[in-house]
Amino acid sequence: MYVAVKGGERAIENAHAWLAEERRGNTDIAELSIAQIREQLKLAVNRVMAEGSLYDPDLAALAIKQARGDLIEAIFLIRAYRTTLPRFGTSRPVDTAAMACDRRISATFKDLPGGQILGPTFDYTHRLLDFKLAADGEIPDAPLREPEPGDVPHVTEFLNREGLIEDAPNDETPPPDLTREPLEMPADRALRLQALTRADEGFALGLAYSTQRGYARNHAFVGELRIGTVPVEMEIPELGFAIEIGEVTLTECETVNQFTGSKTEPAQFTRGYGLVFGQTERKAISMALVDRALRWEELGEDFEGAPAQDAEFVLYHADNIQATGFLEHIKLPHYVDFQSELELVRKLRREAEASQLQEAAE
Amino acid sequence: MEGALDRNIPRKTWMGLLAKAPEGRVAALLDATTARPGFTWLRAPEIGSAMIRGRAGGTGAPFNLGEVTVTRCALTLESGEIGHAYIQGRRKADAEAAAVVDALMQTEAADKLRQSVLEPLASEMTEAKSERAAKAAATKVDFFTMVRGED
Amino acid sequence: MQAETLSGGFATPAVEAARAFRSVMEAMARPGTIHDIRGAEPPAPLSPAAGAVLLTLCDAETPIYLAGAADCDAVRSWLAFHTGAPAAGPSHCMFAVGSWDALSPLSDYPVGTSEYPDRSATLVVECPGLASSGAALKGPGIKESAFLSLPEVQAFRKNRALFPLGVDFIFTNSSRVAALPRSTEVS
Repeated sequence: MYVAVKGGERAIENAHAWLAEERRGNTDIAELSIAQIREQLKLAVNRVMAEGSLYDPDLAALAIKQARGDLIEAIFLIRAYRTTLPRFGTSRPVDTAAMACDRRISATFKDLPGGQILGPTFDYTHRLLDFKLAADGEIPDAPLREPEPGDVPHVTEFLNREGLIEDAPNDETPPPDLTREPLEMPADRALRLQALTRADEGFALGLAYSTQRGYARNHAFVGELRIGTVPVEMEIPELGFAIEIGEVTLTECETVNQFTGSKTEPAQFTRGYGLVFGQTERKAISMALVDRALRWEELGEDFEGAPAQDAEFVLYHADNIQATGFLEHIKLPHYVDFQSELELVRKLRREAEASQLQEAAE
Repeated sequence: MEGALDRNIPRKTWMGLLAKAPEGRVAALLDATTARPGFTWLRAPEIGSAMIRGRAGGTGAPFNLGEVTVTRCALTLESGEIGHAYIQGRRKADAEAAAVVDALMQTEAADKLRQSVLEPLASEMTEAKSERAAKAAATKVDFFTMVRGED
Repeated sequence: MQAETLSGGFATPAVEAARAFRSVMEAMARPGTIHDIRGAEPPAPLSPAAGAVLLTLCDAETPIYLAGAADCDAVRSWLAFHTGAPAAGPSHCMFAVGSWDALSPLSDYPVGTSEYPDRSATLVVECPGLASSGAALKGPGIKESAFLSLPEVQAFRKNRALFPLGVDFIFTNSSRVAALPRSTEVS
């Protein structure tokens, strides 16, 4: 049964007005500008761009402001905006080997060419609240040092030369795009990587952690983690050649995993891969671990029933906008559904009472 | 001078420079150099997106990483040259300035524009990049062995 | 690249594409009806109507097959600039444009799959004329019967037999458009 009701318009309008007021908060306090959010809450902006699947720091900052800091709500706004944009084309695959690195570390090789570059990391901070930040303060300039010229090679290249790690051969198959076609199983790796790079960070983190604790044992080392900028190059049909249209910050994580070999493959290291918009290190590492766990079939490993190995489970539950949409819809009016449930429970109780009375009488 | 550009700078290179310039910078340099020529739109500035691709493992099969906002436009100068712009972000005024420079670079004004628009852009970008690279280099770890244990 | 091959797009894309879309939709929803469609000035041999249809429906994700005389430099560059649509052969296209003879045979085009019947081609057929007379049409969107000057009958009957698979047709001439969805019975 379906019953259409009206009557909430004024309440909704008034709720919107109050929401706007609450968003602004106490007007004695200066209002946040988009530029302030973009510059000073950069990691929140990065998360919104990564999971919103749209690289535009100003828009992500606006979304965060409008969503009152609720990042999933902000991601929702970005996803909705993204659908209104005509797509002009597709970039050439970005060349992460040519990244201008802000950070580049390896947990597997101490003395690697290019060196261990820590970058602006939280890693060695003491996680003590810094009360100086509560007051406005000048910050000292970061020290400078003459950089070494040239690109920084990928760590996996060294292992690859010895044949100790599986190859990632070049291939020009056009990848599927889950923003244009519905997600279908089985999902190839390209589709899985797209789903993972825009997956909810918390969900990806939880799954990745489960693989470390033994659900799909794959002992991972961070072969390399790099953060920096790469140019985005796109073929322009009317020009007949490709041009750089801009530059994006990316985080790339490549894990090196033990692999004892299979019936067809000798023992060697295998790889998990994470690539995410912005400085988004936790997400990129999580992505690489989950990517590796999902590759059990192509590597001839056993399915151990672990959640992170189950592509259908991972891919259908990784998107926080789908998840929150379905989850939150149950708070919206379900009056008619519930009426029928209510009737059913009453009826069952009446029947049970009647049969008890009858038993007592007999 | 560092960042001095070849007289035969390819169009691909200058279009890339124009696209990566900070907001408002191309317009400022252009207007300081010359009065803007008359033109008609072949395609008025419009905002859209481009899908960015990565490669599995950095070198393998491509996959779709996510989109980036892009502004593009195309115009014809009164003298007939066609200028195009494709630039990251939602920046219609910047796209217009970039397309005007692209068109003018195909005219006799090319030398002047190369010197007073493209070269400053290139050197400013190189400078910004080297400063960032220098900050990164300052965080490079210099290992030294304390004790090599053998017991 | 010449300015001529780049001009002739919609002057105000949002407004003109919306109008052109309305014309195509009306034509498709009511087979046999003929509608005005304007705003595009494509290079020869494309008609303004075919140009407007392609500007409205095509983008970088819709490969176009240019059949026969339509497959020329001027048309290719014009479509590349205004729609970004890649060129494709008949078996991989989402749209095809050309004269009936150039587009035939229909067996080359994708007709969709049972899960996704929409993954099929739409053929933009350039016609020497368009009139509400000729072949009799019946089916969804037609109250009793309608008529349309089709280039033939047999091919459309074979296409109808594939329903829900099959290709759809848009007929163009000068600044006018008509259409024939796969659901229409032709006799």
